[in-house]
Amino acid sequence: MPTTFFGWVSFLIERYGSLYLKGTANTILVAITGTIIGFAIGLLVAVVRTIPLRDEFGIVKKVMIKIARALLVIYIEVFRGTPMIVQAMVIFYGAQQYLGLDMPVTTAAIFIISINTGAYMAEIIRGGIISVDIGQTEGAHSLGMTHWQTMSNVVLPQAIRNIMPSIGNEFVINIKDSSVLNVISVFELFFTAKSAAGTYYKYFEAFFIAAVIYLMLTFTTTRILRYVEKKMDGPENYTMLPCLHADISVLAKRKPSLYSHKGKGGGN
Amino acid sequence: MAYNIEVHHLRKDFGPNTVLKCIDLAVSPGDVVCIIGASGSGKSTLLRCINQLEQHTDGTILFHGVDIKTPGFRIAEYRARVGMVFQQFNLFYNMTALENCVVGQMKVLSRSRAQSEEKAKLYLDKVGMLPFSNAKPRQLSGGQKQRVAIARALCMDPEVLLFDEPTSALDPEMVGDVLEVMQELAKSGLTMLVVTHEMAFAKDVAHRVVFMDEGVIAEDDTPEVIFNNPTQQRTKEFLRRILRPKEPSA
Repeated sequence: MPTTFFGWVSFLIERYGSLYLKGTANTILVAITGTIIGFAIGLLVAVVRTIPLRDEFGIVKKVMIKIARALLVIYIEVFRGTPMIVQAMVIFYGAQQYLGLDMPVTTAAIFIISINTGAYMAEIIRGGIISVDIGQTEGAHSLGMTHWQTMSNVVLPQAIRNIMPSIGNEFVINIKDSSVLNVISVFELFFTAKSAAGTYYKYFEAFFIAAVIYLMLTFTTTRILRYVEKKMDGPENYTMLPCLHADISVLAKRKPSLYSHKGKGGGN
Repeated sequence: MAYNIEVHHLRKDFGPNTVLKCIDLAVSPGDVVCIIGASGSGKSTLLRCINQLEQHTDGTILFHGVDIKTPGFRIAEYRARVGMVFQQFNLFYNMTALENCVVGQMKVLSRSRAQSEEKAKLYLDKVGMLPFSNAKPRQLSGGQKQRVAIARALCMDPEVLLFDEPTSALDPEMVGDVLEVMQELAKSGLTMLVVTHEMAFAKDVAHRVVFMDEGVIAEDDTPEVIFNNPTQQRTKEFLRRILRPKEPSA
């Protein structure tokens, strides 16, 4: 038996290395899919919540919009207002007892993280939409774009760029907080560490390894997201194109202007 | 006489404030109408109501004789035919100048990309902005942005174009470029409704000048009458204030 701290660490790695790897893989799987699905849910919720109510909409459409808004507010309040660990118990055992639905734990884990993240994302994305200048929406509307076209082409690309740091936050939180899913026996990193620790009563060493792995995961994630942000900003400079039809260009055939202003020399 | 746009007894309230009181206005195809007046007189609000960026409180707006508040009226289609150029340009920041001109054509008019780009390039060239096709709005000056915005509106082949103080946010030396583009458009027969503080432009280019004061149309006449012989006392006072030489000695 090892006697030192590092001795125990390497012993546990040697013994449970493949287990740790499997746990890590599960944590990554659950966190990534959960965040992506949660993001999609949030996107949908935020877009529906920002549909404007216009006078010429029929009564049915207006009522539908209002009902949808109310349901979405309830969804957000419930899933932001209760801890994920409790949601996991309620959903997993509730489905088992009353729906006769015996979900595989990994599916359950992804489902729980997704709807939990969706509630937060909905508010983050709504904040992002609000932060985009109203002039962008008006410009799109003035071209005849519908609410969906305006959102998908103009507002959301800008909103998502603005909220990338918050999306990154959610991602990091999901990597860490998927650990609470050990209560429904999801085989993730925390669960692995608990198993490894139990056999030899070496809790400090086993969880120290888990901590290092969590840190590596979150650190890598934030670096990748920074890179994505840079990509989204596009190139710093642009290339000039040649003037194709210089002869028909109004400004190409410069003549003394009727409306020259001060600063151009010679007013009228 | 067939009108493109008719406005009848239009009223617009913002909370307790009535910004437009009782506006009647009709625009025929090919008309170039300049709307002048002090700030706060309701000029921009009128334009925004016509484009339905603001919903009017009372009265009717007819487009080719059809009330635009009829249930089921296709507001998006209407807006595609009644374009708008804004004081703050409102170019899409996430797109290049070319994409700004292409996106509406593809999404709203369902044109192909090739077709849209061809048209976009034509109009960008017309406003002298073709060389900047690949630039993002943040890389352009105010006057350049406004010219792209005009090209973007023209790409939709609108029958009416609304201009909401298109030169008010520009540096003085940029104003001329934008006004020249607008003058060319007026000559081409496009129906234009222009809210402006550029009196020289209103005088030379407009077929009709509408003077607004405190939410009503105080006077609606030819530029000759408005600028040389206004019948209303308040028109006279406004023009005296705005046309007073204020050029500082160089």
